[in-house]
Amino acid sequence: MVYENPDGVKIGLEIHVQLNKLNTKMFCGCSSKYHDSAPNTHTCPICLGLPGALPVLNKKTVEAAIKVGLALEGEIAEETQFHRKNYFYPDLPKGFQVTQYDYPIVSKGKVVIEGEDGEHTVGIWRAHMEEDPGKLVHIGSIEKSKGVLIDYNRSGMPLIETVTAPDMRTPKEGRRFLDKFRNILEYLDVFDGNLEGAMRVDANVSVYGGTRVEVKNISSHKGVEKALLYEIMRQKNVIRRGGKITQETRHFDEARGVTIGMRTKEEAEDYRYFREPDLMPMKVSDWIPRIKETFPELPDAKRSRFIEQYGITDMHAKSLTSKIMLADFYEGVCKEGTDPKQAATWTADVLLGEFNYRDLVISSYDGSTIGCINDKDHSITNSVRVADMVKLISLFADGKISDRAAVEVVRSILDGEEEKTPLQIIEEKGLFKAEDDLVTKAVSEAIAENEAAVQDYLGGAEKSLNFLVGQVMKKTKGTADAKTAREMLVKELKG
Amino acid sequence: MSEAKWMSVAQVREQIRNNSAEEVTARYLETIGKSKLNGYVTVSEKAVEQAKEIDSKGHDGPLAGVPIAIKDNISVTGLPNTCSSKILEGYVPPFNAHVIEKLQAAGAVILGKTNMDEFAMGSSTETSCYGPSLNPWDPERVPGGSSGGSAAVVAGGEAPFALGSDTGGSVRCPAAFCGIVGLKPTYGSVSRYGVVAYANSLEQVGPLANNVSDIAVLMDVIGGYDRRDSTSIDRKIAYQEALKDDIKGLKIGVPKEFFGEGIDPAVEKAVWDSIHRCEDLGASWEEVSMPNIPYALASYYIIAMSEASSNLARFDGTRYGYRDKGENWHSMISKTRAEGFGVEAKRRIFLGTYALSAGYHDKYYLKALKVRTLVKQDFDRALSKADVLMAPTMPNPAFKIGEKIEDPLTLYLSDVNTCPINLAGVPSLSVPCGFTDGLPIGLQVIGKPFDEATVLRAAYAFEQNTDHHTRRPPEVA
Ligand SMILES: [Zn+2]
Repeated sequence: MVYENPDGVKIGLEIHVQLNKLNTKMFCGCSSKYHDSAPNTHTCPICLGLPGALPVLNKKTVEAAIKVGLALEGEIAEETQFHRKNYFYPDLPKGFQVTQYDYPIVSKGKVVIEGEDGEHTVGIWRAHMEEDPGKLVHIGSIEKSKGVLIDYNRSGMPLIETVTAPDMRTPKEGRRFLDKFRNILEYLDVFDGNLEGAMRVDANVSVYGGTRVEVKNISSHKGVEKALLYEIMRQKNVIRRGGKITQETRHFDEARGVTIGMRTKEEAEDYRYFREPDLMPMKVSDWIPRIKETFPELPDAKRSRFIEQYGITDMHAKSLTSKIMLADFYEGVCKEGTDPKQAATWTADVLLGEFNYRDLVISSYDGSTIGCINDKDHSITNSVRVADMVKLISLFADGKISDRAAVEVVRSILDGEEEKTPLQIIEEKGLFKAEDDLVTKAVSEAIAENEAAVQDYLGGAEKSLNFLVGQVMKKTKGTADAKTAREMLVKELKG
Repeated sequence: MSEAKWMSVAQVREQIRNNSAEEVTARYLETIGKSKLNGYVTVSEKAVEQAKEIDSKGHDGPLAGVPIAIKDNISVTGLPNTCSSKILEGYVPPFNAHVIEKLQAAGAVILGKTNMDEFAMGSSTETSCYGPSLNPWDPERVPGGSSGGSAAVVAGGEAPFALGSDTGGSVRCPAAFCGIVGLKPTYGSVSRYGVVAYANSLEQVGPLANNVSDIAVLMDVIGGYDRRDSTSIDRKIAYQEALKDDIKGLKIGVPKEFFGEGIDPAVEKAVWDSIHRCEDLGASWEEVSMPNIPYALASYYIIAMSEASSNLARFDGTRYGYRDKGENWHSMISKTRAEGFGVEAKRRIFLGTYALSAGYHDKYYLKALKVRTLVKQDFDRALSKADVLMAPTMPNPAFKIGEKIEDPLTLYLSDVNTCPINLAGVPSLSVPCGFTDGLPIGLQVIGKPFDEATVLRAAYAFEQNTDHHTRRPPEVA
């Protein structure tokens, strides 16, 4: 099966990713952990652009960029070279942004995604390093704001801008690319996608091989599918009505799910790029062997290894490796002697399913506990311990608890009882599986004590059986399996 | 105690030993108080206090208690740093430049900040928002620029020495005009951290002093690697050790292109006399050709203005300095810049913006970079045959205030002999070598990259065997 791409859709993405796990900013020693800090507390003469302050390139930024380049199977530049991109904006303290221009650190890479018709390669034109500007904070809404405040905490944060070829053909492929890309970055440990402003996306979209339109301000990897769907539909409708697509920049309004044309500028902006004279080129080609030595296993490799090493299905392996922290958690559970297949089911199907149901996104794994935060309300956090998962699976495997009881334990943990161990929860809720003879005894008692109901049932009233099952459940304090109880009752009464 | 005027650093230290740093500083402040030169734009309120502290601690650094004047584009914590521009009105840096840290560690006492052309853009201090400084030799004349305030206060006896910065001649030009010594060090040998950039790829901090020895003393303090300046180069140079009165066998190259059209015959004669004097002392000379020098000036101005147009973008009224009111941020920024910058700064921002713009970038900026490479090659070639090059620092002596300021092109032309050195990044020192009509003339001694030692030795030997540097300007009324 080959995807025909009937509307000739071409999608290219430009992705800004903040390297927010490098401890310091790109050109100064300011801490990059500003996300929970008061405005303008993570600043210094360099990132405030005070006169006379000079940039010193943080080598970790370059290392991270090289890692990204290697993960994208791209070519790595011999040396670093920076340019100034000149424009005025209040959040830009120097009046120019230090970026890379005609000699990016990474060029000609690729990412293989699961496309509409199987494996699909998305080309990477380039990936370059640049600094983040500060952030404007409007007092009130943008339209009615009385003023603008500026927070320079973000100023000088290292960014990597990655530009893909227009190789994606559907919004779904766009989202899959971003999911994969984000996953790779997390595997490289250079990026925490859950932090605000960590990933910003612009998309170039065209249909029927026509003029391309740039859609800006797609702030999340989830927004991208919505934005692309709308924009493709809009362009097709314009053409259907006999109109023409004009080259323009449109703004994505995430709340309304639409793209809005911005006033077209009469002239293209001229950024007057020139070499940043304050930064000397840094030879980096000889860093590559050292970086390769400590190169982490990437998602695709891990997925294959999981299938081979643990004998699990590709579906499970794919799901478990969709997040490095989940993959690590899974391996943590396996390492404790848990059957890998059971561990896969309980981690990929049950735990991840419960996470998704609750809008929880995985945010940490420290070797013993996986942490997550609510995607809609970051004040809500949860965690699950490896040790508890191991215990839970073993209780289930030993037949001490039913699968439903085990699921309930997981739910309890996620509903605020993460401090308790599974055993505590099972005991408190009386979730241990009832012993068989206990159920047999309860069945006999229920029949003996409810003569009327028995007669009704034998007389054809099926509903009475439900009553008897209820009695059995009551006597066993709910530990009996209802289905088993029903079967035993029927067998007892109808022989 | 003798008058605190025109003392060498050694003499100042002697005074401090015999009296105190406090007394020496106070005496300089007294001279400054009576001055008409308009050399200082800020006099430090803390100078006496700092001197007292040096006294009480018994500081034994190489400059313990020695006062110094600092150009107003070099950041000193707590002192306004205006670059002689209205747009930096009220800006007080919260950090010290690297050279200031070095000076303070050595025990120097900062007297104040000196006048300059706005953002170092000029050769006369006439573009300063504070008005021009006066030349101590003739108050109707400019002291040169852009470090004109620093040169005027040293020549006027208001500081034993000073720091300036040299982008295209801004230390050497005023040194020549004011009859003192000034050095533009090799690019990368002095940290630029904390120095407000005019043209980053060209400029260096440089000392101005009454004699060659004091230049070496100061360089031993401020020179050296600084990791905060990525263009800083880790290379140890022993400046004072180079001071030997011996130039036997020294090979001097004389680039004829530096004696071009428009040179004052008196300047030409003084420079040739100096070269012959060196010959008498055992050096030899040879004419060298540097065919690309005639294109250096144009290349220099395009590069300097292009970098400046970007460097000065940060002055937008948003965070510090002067700020005008506007309807929105667009109008606030444009009004602030329209009001805050002077005519020359605006001219250079416009020209630099133009040279970097799409469609002109290759024609101007890229071509200028190519010329720069050719000029560098000229220096490499010339300095492969000679130990130093000697040439006039300025083609003319100090001109009158107002004489050239309305004619920018003529003013730019006065950098013709100094700016090629910045394109090449080599060291160059201006030392007094004669007078014409009572106005000093400067001899430029140019060396190989990081070979300040030979430059200093040549200049020192010349100075020891001539008496130009001992002449003092008449009392400025
Ligand atoms: Zn900072």
